[in-house]
Amino acid sequence: MSDSVDPMNPSQPLGRLPKPVTSMPSLAKVDAGRTGNKSTGALEKIRNTYPRSSRIPDEVFRWIIILSAISVFAIVLLVVWELVDKSKLSLHQFGLHFFYGHDWDPVNDSYGAMPFIYGTLVSSLLALVLAVPLSIGVAVFVTEMCPQRLRSYISFLVELLAAIPSVIYGLWGIFVLAPLLRDYVEPFLAKTLGWTGLFGGPMYGLGMLAAGIILAIMIVPVIASITREVMTAVPQNQREAVLALGATRWEMIRMGVLRNARIGIVGGVILGLGRALGETMAVTMLIGNRPEVSKSLFAPGYTMASVIANEFTEATGDMYLSALVEIGLALFIVTLIVNALARLLVWSITGGTARPSA
Amino acid sequence: MPASTSQKVSLWRRLTDWGATGFAVLAAILVIVPLLAIFVYLVIKGIGSVNISFLTQTPKPPGELGGGMANGIVGTGLILAVASVIGIPLGIGSGIYLAEYGRNRFGDLIRFTADVLNGVPSIVVGITVYSLIVIRQKHFSAFSGGVALGIMMIPTVARATEEMLLMVPNVIREAAYGLGIPKWRTTLSISLRTASAGVITGCMLAFARVAGETAPLLFTAFGNQFWNLKLNQPTAALSLQVYTYAISPYDDWHKQAWAGSLILIVLIVGAVAAVRITTSRGRLKGA
Amino acid sequence: MGVGIEVRGLNAWYGKNQSLKSIDMTVPANHVTAVIGPSGCGKSTFVRCLNRMHETIPEARAEGSVKVGEMDVYGGGSDPVEVRRRIGMVFQKPNPFPTMSIYDNVAAGLKLNGFRHRKQMDELVERSLKLSALWEEVKDNLHKKSGASLSGGQQQRLCIARALAVEPEVLLMDEPASALDPISTSKIEELIFQLKQHYTVVIVTHNMQQAARVAELTGFFLMGSLIEYDKTEKIFTTPADKRTEDYVTGRFG
Repeated sequence: MSDSVDPMNPSQPLGRLPKPVTSMPSLAKVDAGRTGNKSTGALEKIRNTYPRSSRIPDEVFRWIIILSAISVFAIVLLVVWELVDKSKLSLHQFGLHFFYGHDWDPVNDSYGAMPFIYGTLVSSLLALVLAVPLSIGVAVFVTEMCPQRLRSYISFLVELLAAIPSVIYGLWGIFVLAPLLRDYVEPFLAKTLGWTGLFGGPMYGLGMLAAGIILAIMIVPVIASITREVMTAVPQNQREAVLALGATRWEMIRMGVLRNARIGIVGGVILGLGRALGETMAVTMLIGNRPEVSKSLFAPGYTMASVIANEFTEATGDMYLSALVEIGLALFIVTLIVNALARLLVWSITGGTARPSA
Repeated sequence: MPASTSQKVSLWRRLTDWGATGFAVLAAILVIVPLLAIFVYLVIKGIGSVNISFLTQTPKPPGELGGGMANGIVGTGLILAVASVIGIPLGIGSGIYLAEYGRNRFGDLIRFTADVLNGVPSIVVGITVYSLIVIRQKHFSAFSGGVALGIMMIPTVARATEEMLLMVPNVIREAAYGLGIPKWRTTLSISLRTASAGVITGCMLAFARVAGETAPLLFTAFGNQFWNLKLNQPTAALSLQVYTYAISPYDDWHKQAWAGSLILIVLIVGAVAAVRITTSRGRLKGA
Repeated sequence: MGVGIEVRGLNAWYGKNQSLKSIDMTVPANHVTAVIGPSGCGKSTFVRCLNRMHETIPEARAEGSVKVGEMDVYGGGSDPVEVRRRIGMVFQKPNPFPTMSIYDNVAAGLKLNGFRHRKQMDELVERSLKLSALWEEVKDNLHKKSGASLSGGQQQRLCIARALAVEPEVLLMDEPASALDPISTSKIEELIFQLKQHYTVVIVTHNMQQAARVAELTGFFLMGSLIEYDKTEKIFTTPADKRTEDYVTGRFG
């Protein structure tokens, strides 16, 4: 169509008026006519490179992708399967007694996991008691009180806490935190609050208190970051509405922000609990590893994750190993429920878009 | 004017306002102090012991002075390589599924499953890989350690990939389809490339997170006093060695534990800082 | 009973940009005063300076003299918290507290200020809801329905009730009906007309017909300055300044 205007080069003088279109040119003709035009050559190249039917490569790709996704599902199923399968022996033998029996006796092949359940629960709850006020405090500070310039530095520092590996927390705990507790904090607590019965007995430094404290430090970033997210999601006009009624800044935060965000904050706390329950190395290094149930926080204890970490490779005998795997199964189920609950709560506030970290 | 409300803001309200501010500042300080303390101790106690012999030698027998964690550094690298080969492709693949093909009930199931996997305690992952691989092979290995860590990388990488792909505007995809480019090519060369910065971020974060893991390696890689570069043998890892040394009764080993931790933290913080600097998103997820 | 507002030499900034230039204005008690002008002229800023809401935005500040009755809003001993209690504000987009019931929404300001007597609170809530013409519609569900479950127009009336519950002397309204449908809008306008018996009302509006309907006085703002301020009738029929005339006849804005 050399006598029509070249749309790519309109400055070219018109030779003649373009012929009116009297019939629809077939696709073939259009293609042939255009191959001479350099500007549409690129388009042509792409058109000719990929076969008009790309169904097969598309299908292959789709299946590869679907398989990757299914692999995630398969892995979780494998986890469940292996846990159930390898703990069958112990499940059969001890039944429910496993969970309230106090005796962990590898020598006589008799296993009761109560001390570990107790240790896990107490250390995690202690961690929550310490971490929740701190996390909400930090989140409030960063979102509502901190000067703009400092904000990103402080939140970076808090997130950095989450990046430190468990074993390094444990190392620091053994050589810095435990002596600190043994020499200063525990005597002080024994003197002032000893009457509660929670702070008595020999002071080793290592024990439930140390484990609780290190766990608290480790879960603060989790709870704080979710709290920050849900607080930031509260619309600005809610804050203004409270201020306009004549509220102090704290009252504005309490009524206009925290109140709106409380469901999400609870979700964050539960997620923190989930993290604390499954934490292994730092706790193992600080809790003393004695399977005893004791009222005092100074006493050593033992958690579900710790007993697995310590005794798994030494486990002689099928029953011993099976008992340990059963503890792993229990741990898996508990963290599963806790985490699912947490995500439900956080999603209900953020509308399913924000994903909680950890 | 209701008779019972005072004209001026009551003292109690002012005090609670000040108190709350004070508490929030205190909380921020209390949270940052351990962080700084840990870093300070790592540097002070670790720097002294990080020397050439530490970086190049293998452990000496217990009780003897000297030796290093060279095999641990290399072993960690080996295990992380295996983990990345497993975790990154599966993670990216799952992420692509969730973003491009999975906006349906099945996709929701996969998304939920990935979150479940994310929450599985690391020691339980170790048990699973032990049952699946170590028992069958009848020996510990770097490979099984890599599989365990790779499994733990998947949810982080998948989530980052999905999020970043969802941020690619649909008009770009439509432009590609309009040009006749098939879906598979669009997803890889166009969507994924556009999202690549964030996906790489996700991979680096997952990497940083598993680099410091110890529990899953306890009964998969198991640790090794000597050099090992074979995938099917027990292998040393920095985190394992730090653990073993930390709980040992030897002072020299304690010093080396600090040194090993310093190296580990440099590796991890380096990855995290690089992520922060190179992204404008600014929020870390999944750490 | 409402009080008058005296504004002398009010200047306001967002960071480095000056958004209000030396405003002088006297708002008489128990009247409705409208503030009109094109987008960005400073009318919202002006109103937010009256109850010290302007300074809650980072980098924003205001200087000058604002006297609400006897209260010197920017004076040396003045406390923004107290100022805001005595000057009520209703926002453009209705913002009831979603986690609270209707009753709790209205009572929110009372509870903040330490009010405890249950019976008196009940009376005040009822009075406020009646003043904002919402009582009949919600009186059976005060504690059961949440503030967010009402329609847009009802939510805005709830916000008005909430503002009135703490018995302010002045009521500021920043485009209160712009997010509402025409029927709700006319209800709100009726309400404003009645509220002036008890309160001094300053209303920001971009809708000139609305200003003409509800306000006795109107101030025209342009680029941060108060161009003309007079009886509404005069502003709309025989404005003194050409810029005012251009705006009200629709030549710009």
